[in-house]
Amino acid sequence: MGASKVTTMQDAVRELVRDGDTVAIEGFTHLICFAAGHEIVRQRRRGLTLARMTPDVIYDQMVAGGVADKLIFSWLGNPGVGSLHAIRRRIEDHDPGPLEIEEYSHFGMVSRYVAGASNLPFFPIRSYYESDIPSVNPNIVPMTSPYEDGAQVYVVPPLQPDVAIVHAQRADESGDAQIWGLLGCQKEAAFAAKRVIVVVEEVVPEATIRQDPNRTVIPSAVVDAVVEEPLGCHPSFVQGYYDRDNAFYLDWDRIARDPETLEAWLDEWIYGLASHREYVEKWGAARWDGLRPEEAWSGEVNYGRYA
Amino acid sequence: MSDVAQELGYSKSEIMIAASARQLAGVRNCFVGVGLPNIVCNLAQRTVAPELQLVYESGVFGARPERLPLSIGDPTLVTGATAVTSMYELFAYYLQAGLIDVAFLGGAQIDRFGNLNTTVIGSYDRPKVRLPGSGGACEIAIHARQILVIMRQAQRSFVDELHFRTSPGHSGDPAHDAARGWSGSGPTAVVTDLGTYGFDATTGEMTLMTLHPGVSLEDVRANMGWDPRVADDLGETVPPSTDELRLIREDLDPGGVYTK
Repeated sequence: MGASKVTTMQDAVRELVRDGDTVAIEGFTHLICFAAGHEIVRQRRRGLTLARMTPDVIYDQMVAGGVADKLIFSWLGNPGVGSLHAIRRRIEDHDPGPLEIEEYSHFGMVSRYVAGASNLPFFPIRSYYESDIPSVNPNIVPMTSPYEDGAQVYVVPPLQPDVAIVHAQRADESGDAQIWGLLGCQKEAAFAAKRVIVVVEEVVPEATIRQDPNRTVIPSAVVDAVVEEPLGCHPSFVQGYYDRDNAFYLDWDRIARDPETLEAWLDEWIYGLASHREYVEKWGAARWDGLRPEEAWSGEVNYGRYA
Repeated sequence: MSDVAQELGYSKSEIMIAASARQLAGVRNCFVGVGLPNIVCNLAQRTVAPELQLVYESGVFGARPERLPLSIGDPTLVTGATAVTSMYELFAYYLQAGLIDVAFLGGAQIDRFGNLNTTVIGSYDRPKVRLPGSGGACEIAIHARQILVIMRQAQRSFVDELHFRTSPGHSGDPAHDAARGWSGSGPTAVVTDLGTYGFDATTGEMTLMTLHPGVSLEDVRANMGWDPRVADDLGETVPPSTDELRLIREDLDPGGVYTK
């Protein structure tokens, strides 16, 4: 195991997220690191390009906080609820200014990360046929297979964010991170990015990681900083630790519909707090008790010892 | 119409769910969405398709949700599932390679050939309404062997011309469709709050197959942007059975979130 990379969220964002960067806070519904998004807003980064398959409430908050000039995405909504109103105002009304967008389908975005992580110049997929999507995104290009069948595919370019911020259940101090439940594009985004912040519910001993190596999704080799931030995904969730706070996702629809209500929310829950720890305290224990799932443990497997 | 439905003892959503579930008879691998499709698939699993595997684009194969998920990324989909996959595997090995028998899609707009718009109302560059976009819909429309659409009918959603084609349906030229070489055969059924539709084998055009009890052809025409093709043997949708209603109300949506 290498040297400890454990740091605070404040320091990780200060040192690794720079104005003008392309930033990917990934996680498909699961493991979306809201704590990092809030810290980026709090530190008033500017001119960011935000990439995510599903911008989700986190990017609605960040766009409202003024950090972003551009979005790269494949599904722009509040999952299970409806719209992201701050982002819609920027796109539909240019209020308070226009927001550049670059959109793909899910398979296209996944493939962009795969290409970025694999150091490939492009990635072919069978999608976009007879769709209008390529007509509004010149990065999606038709190509004919050089082999016998001459199959028609579309190719997408690699996505190599300047920074990827990925949440995981646990990691050791050097950043070997383990995930279970929905995997999203955490692994692909981490391997594709130039700088990687791993945020975890718990920092655990290296021996815990080595006991179950199949569960390690991100190796320390690609990780620059490790932040321990319990409840750091709220209102998103961490499988086995806390549930998705669906009530907040529903509330966000009302909060974000009105720019003044939204601004007051940012003041109260981001600018008015120094850290995610204060955010956790402000919600109070009852909120967290209500989100704790019953236990459902996996069985153990025998790796065998081959000495 | 809703008064009639109440007299009949079930809601518009309930007949949409029951009619859709019956379309899944014998199906094995089904790509599920949230909301009505989730209830439809769970109902089908308990009635006409006991072998049904629920597949979610979030990377779950063989889900056994113990509660009604609000989103397709709900943790209840993971616990007790057959497999959790990376998103690349889900889209490449399961979907693109042709393992998915049926998928549900919907949209803000559909046209007579089952093309769907989930991207914008108005112009792309300065939309009146910015919708979510494709998600996985574009590739699902191409690769799932059959597409089922569940949508409420209205002039503004059943349109003569889409503002944007996010996900391809039939082209209107059967020879072209046959030569596509896609693993999917496109939309095969549309279930609305007024009736059920198939797609004409020759023209690929949406064709009214049944009217729900209490609904007239005039009701249907008043709620779509083109004059629909009607089957020669236009029938009446079989209403939800007592068993189907009990499953929906007691097991699948006891809070009536999606079915009231």
